[in-house]
Amino acid sequence: MELTNLTITQLHQGFKDKKFTSVEVTKAYLEQIKKTDKSIGAYLAVTESLALKQAEAADKIITSGKHFSMLCGVPCAIKDAILVDGEIATAGSKILENYVAPYDATVIKKLKTQGAVILGKTNLDEFAMGASTENSAYQVTKNPHDTTRVAGGSSGGSAAAVAAKEAVYSLGSDTGGSIRLPASFCGVVGLNPTYGSVSRYGLIAFASSLDQIGPMAKNVEDAKIVFEAIYGKDQNDATSKNYQFEESNINLKGLKIGVPKEYFSEGIDPEIEKIIKSAIQKAKDAGAKIIEISLPNTQYGVACYYIIAPCEASANLARFDGIKYGFSETADNLLGVYLQSRGRGFGAEPKRRIMLGTYALSSGYYDAYYKKAQQVRELIKEDFTQAFKKVDVIFSPVSPFAAFKVGEKANDPLSMYLVDVYTVAVKLAGIPALSLPAGKIGKLPVGLQIIGNYFEENKILSIASQLEQLF
Amino acid sequence: MISKEEVIHIAKLARLQLTEKEITKMQKDLSAILDYFDLLKKAPKLKTQRTLRGQTSQSLRADEIIEKPASMANNLVQAAPDKKDGYVRVKAVL
Repeated sequence: MELTNLTITQLHQGFKDKKFTSVEVTKAYLEQIKKTDKSIGAYLAVTESLALKQAEAADKIITSGKHFSMLCGVPCAIKDAILVDGEIATAGSKILENYVAPYDATVIKKLKTQGAVILGKTNLDEFAMGASTENSAYQVTKNPHDTTRVAGGSSGGSAAAVAAKEAVYSLGSDTGGSIRLPASFCGVVGLNPTYGSVSRYGLIAFASSLDQIGPMAKNVEDAKIVFEAIYGKDQNDATSKNYQFEESNINLKGLKIGVPKEYFSEGIDPEIEKIIKSAIQKAKDAGAKIIEISLPNTQYGVACYYIIAPCEASANLARFDGIKYGFSETADNLLGVYLQSRGRGFGAEPKRRIMLGTYALSSGYYDAYYKKAQQVRELIKEDFTQAFKKVDVIFSPVSPFAAFKVGEKANDPLSMYLVDVYTVAVKLAGIPALSLPAGKIGKLPVGLQIIGNYFEENKILSIASQLEQLF
Repeated sequence: MISKEEVIHIAKLARLQLTEKEITKMQKDLSAILDYFDLLKKAPKLKTQRTLRGQTSQSLRADEIIEKPASMANNLVQAAPDKKDGYVRVKAVL
């Protein structure tokens, strides 16, 4: 039996039946990482001693005969923007090169309580800004299905780790598509939860009205188990909401699926369209009702997002000043410390976004950019409110094309921004969406995006797990 | 097209030291992106004068004291590159 093929549920059963121990599974993963990660580059740091210590602790709980949770002893990977107490957290940036996390993020605390095993910290675009992980200050994560191509971003390391069997599951974060896009490119399941359902405490902030932590996994069942472990109200995150996830069993028969016509307009690769349309047909064959809908403000999504997110980023990244965290340049005066530490510590993309945000918020431009974008955000939100009066869920592609070549878009920021065309609107509205592997173009996976109404993760997950059997 | 002087001015506001090469590239990139943002001018006006996100939904919460372990303060100070006697040390402000 290949231990690295097993899902969370299978591992849990195996632990129960004493077929193998958590230490054995953890060692199998550490071995796999050693074997394959040189060519993939999913991990920025492998936390081997932490993982083995946690695995031993998990085995003690398991052998004690007491009840143990689903994630107990199961090895996972964590995006390097999420703090794990005592471990380096770089957010993919040189400015945090030697920064040791002073506490656990709430999601990590929750995973640790369940007895999780943390294998390491995964690569990302610097401060989660990007769609390919090429913006990481350290390395580019390659797509495990074709190493000449990108893994997608920004949670590319987390997606590639799961796809390359270097972790059972992982945590990513989604601000404009950063969980769903790499999940789609790497052929894993990725869930962007409703804004406010998972605590952001301990996630290095990029754009606070959009950032959300979520699971990436081998299948829908695993994604659900991880989501159930991490969601919930947290006193350390005032935007987290008190709600109860209730498992539901949605019947595909009679289910109303909305298909937004704007998501199939110019620019989509015909091969992607074919796969998504065939996925929709399979749902129809299973009895679902397919309804064409309109999200009329779709075309403004990317522009709206690329004003709001950089505005928030320019404020959030002001804290990296050469005074409070690791990287610092010496200078004659305080202003010099700020200018030089930030000038040398940040890479090109964070600089570009800080500049954009500072410009859009500056006197004289605020109304034309920031205020306008906030108004358009309301229009986009309203599009979904209207749509969900008619349908239960919405199906769309995650991306207009499959994984692109490393370097293909690296020097053209605007073309990289346009990769997010099908994922940003969901974030501006704050609703949940999942990427489900739906087919392949050659070797390259393609994800179907299943979008739900606020706090309807249960509906999305139930539908996804049924479709998973049909694809 | 955004001018070179504007780029330098914004970089100063943003506390970013940019090299000559970065300024040239930034001017080109920002100009292309800002041109793209012009698309929003075509967007319809909000029908109702609803208040905007960020100004509404979250009413202010009461100030609360949330206890943290003393070790946390120490950990936070330890992250600073320059510190002395449990304090973060900075260059003279004045």
